[in-house]
Amino acid sequence: MHEWDFAATLADMDLLLLGLWNTIQVFVLALAFGVPLGLGLALGRMSRTPVLSQLCSFVIEFFRTTPPLVQLFWFFFALPILISVQMTPFVASVLTFSIQSSAFFAEIFRGGINSIDKGQWEAAKAIGMTRKASLRRIILPQAVKRMIPAFAERSIELLKTTTLISTVSYADLMFQANELASKTFRPLEVYTVVAVMYFFLILVFSQITILLEYRLAKSGEGTMR
Amino acid sequence: MNHNWNFASVFAYWEVLAVGLWGTLVLFVICTGLGLSGGLIMGMLRYSKSRWVNYPARLYVEVFRNTPVLVQIIWFFFALPVLTGIEVTPFLAAILGITLNTIAFSAEVFRGGIQSIEREQWEAGKAIGMSYGQTMRRVILPQALKRMLPPLTSRGIEVFKMSTLASVVAYPETLQQAKLIASYEYNPIEAYTVVALIFFVVLLPMVQLTYVLERRFGKSDA
Amino acid sequence: MTNAVEIRELHKSFGDLEVLKGIDLDVAQGEAVVLLGSSGSGKSTLLRCINFMEEPTSGRVSLNGDLIGTEQGGRMRYRESDLCQLRTRIGMVFQHFNLFPHKTVLENVMEGQVIVLGRSKAEAKEKAMAQLARVGLEEKAPEYPARLSGGQKQRVAIARALAMDPEVMLFDEVTSALDPELVGEVLKTMRQLAEEGMTMVCVTHEIGFAYHVANKVCFLHQGQILEQGAPQVVLKTPETSRVREFLEGHSLFKLPE
Repeated sequence: MHEWDFAATLADMDLLLLGLWNTIQVFVLALAFGVPLGLGLALGRMSRTPVLSQLCSFVIEFFRTTPPLVQLFWFFFALPILISVQMTPFVASVLTFSIQSSAFFAEIFRGGINSIDKGQWEAAKAIGMTRKASLRRIILPQAVKRMIPAFAERSIELLKTTTLISTVSYADLMFQANELASKTFRPLEVYTVVAVMYFFLILVFSQITILLEYRLAKSGEGTMR
Repeated sequence: MNHNWNFASVFAYWEVLAVGLWGTLVLFVICTGLGLSGGLIMGMLRYSKSRWVNYPARLYVEVFRNTPVLVQIIWFFFALPVLTGIEVTPFLAAILGITLNTIAFSAEVFRGGIQSIEREQWEAGKAIGMSYGQTMRRVILPQALKRMLPPLTSRGIEVFKMSTLASVVAYPETLQQAKLIASYEYNPIEAYTVVALIFFVVLLPMVQLTYVLERRFGKSDA
Repeated sequence: MTNAVEIRELHKSFGDLEVLKGIDLDVAQGEAVVLLGSSGSGKSTLLRCINFMEEPTSGRVSLNGDLIGTEQGGRMRYRESDLCQLRTRIGMVFQHFNLFPHKTVLENVMEGQVIVLGRSKAEAKEKAMAQLARVGLEEKAPEYPARLSGGQKQRVAIARALAMDPEVMLFDEVTSALDPELVGEVLKTMRQLAEEGMTMVCVTHEIGFAYHVANKVCFLHQGQILEQGAPQVVLKTPETSRVREFLEGHSLFKLPE
């Protein structure tokens, strides 16, 4: 029977915390770029211009159907050759996950916007609002409220997917864990600790979104699912 | 932008790619099969009213949903052998990680589907003398399954994509084989583009299918 | 005096289906016109063509002497910005209220004033409160629509439209989604508006309202106006059997002798 010994792992906890910090950086940046990009893609897909709509649909479906790891490899290994730029693991990671998650966010936006009753568009139109103003003032505020559960779920997926960047040697939590495991020869303890860290990171994040949902539900109409 | 695309350098190794595709397919079939059937059982345990059944099932689901699959695969590959003394092959690690993860996710789909069926259906089953098991099997599940079809198809798509993670422990699936080709031929652009296209072509019809299913079996079922 | 609304040779098709087949209609200033007809007669579409919620396929619409759109090569062209501007001059109330659920009653009535007309918040608020008082719902200003009854919601919707100082008000089956006991309060508000001299066009099944409040009723059938005139004439002595049948279908309504 194996004797558990966390001493070596905990002694190098700062390595893991650094990894955690790097993970959070990529996660936050990918969200910051991915959400607006997702909104753009969603509006593009719903546009009445067929070319724009088809192009956005293609981008969305392409990034939803190809595995994130393949995308990451493509952006890290292939893109730099194609356009001859220097690609760091960090840039490749942020680029990949911004675009990848934007495709999923786009579908959430689209679903949210489509779920709003047609009468809301009509009422806004009838008081003279432009399409843009209706979207911004009337439709989106209601849609976003409904999107929060799906949005949270997708963000958690993103957070978990960031582990892939360890494969292009970006020093995220997963990568640091691999390093530490080979340094200490204690993979069981290291990977268990890392699993627990991810578990709590995600737990904290999902609790925050539940709180947010609750707060929003109190103002005006409740969140409808 | 004046790269000379040379896909011939990839297709020259079509046998290598074929091995990878086969590896992906095997992972997909096993993990989806085991994952969905395991998910059905886990979903029913989650639905149970007994705390002794419900709580452990919930713990399982939360742990596997809230940790990354890659961590799970690596844990099974490097950590499990230390714990048990059993040697774990890349294949087994990938199967374990992806299957257990799929069980957790599909369990929630099954539970949600079962819960979405109106109480009256249970009562109607009871009223004509059916047992709990009979009502579940003959009345509830057939209705719930229809509503669960779109999310379960999405799960299948996820599993297919997830199979690429097996490359991290060097299991020869499609991406791993492309890596191999790219390192022989220095053609990462073509190699990874081909892999991306393969997944796109295989999964796009499946995605379209989920749209059709959603429209047909979505919330309002006649 | 120019007519508030003038419609000439209006046609509207949805794909192959021609819903309006050449409508001519005048609405004088201060007049209340009621459009009657069975479902599918095109009355709602006609109403929605007045503020261009639906763009007519051909024909002309004028509002207080201003022709809407510009003519180009024998066809009318409409700019989106012109239509938005037009809609600020025409108020519309819907069957399903369409209040903004994420805004309070007061915010609902202020929204168009601030965002579209560019009024200051203070001015918009003052106007909004005045309109809410007019429909008898001042005290509901801070509530969210979800807490109102159907009749109250509809009165807020009327206040929201009135706050834009419209030249014409359109009412699209505004009592059809209400419980019977709530219909009265909305009709009363509409009647009060008519008596104050508001120009209105209403699609409704309330023939009693048409009889007592309207200056003119128009009966639509298969996309054309079959009969129009004073309610006392059209409703009491209809010329066509089609209108007679329609009125008999509404047996609840007994015309005063």
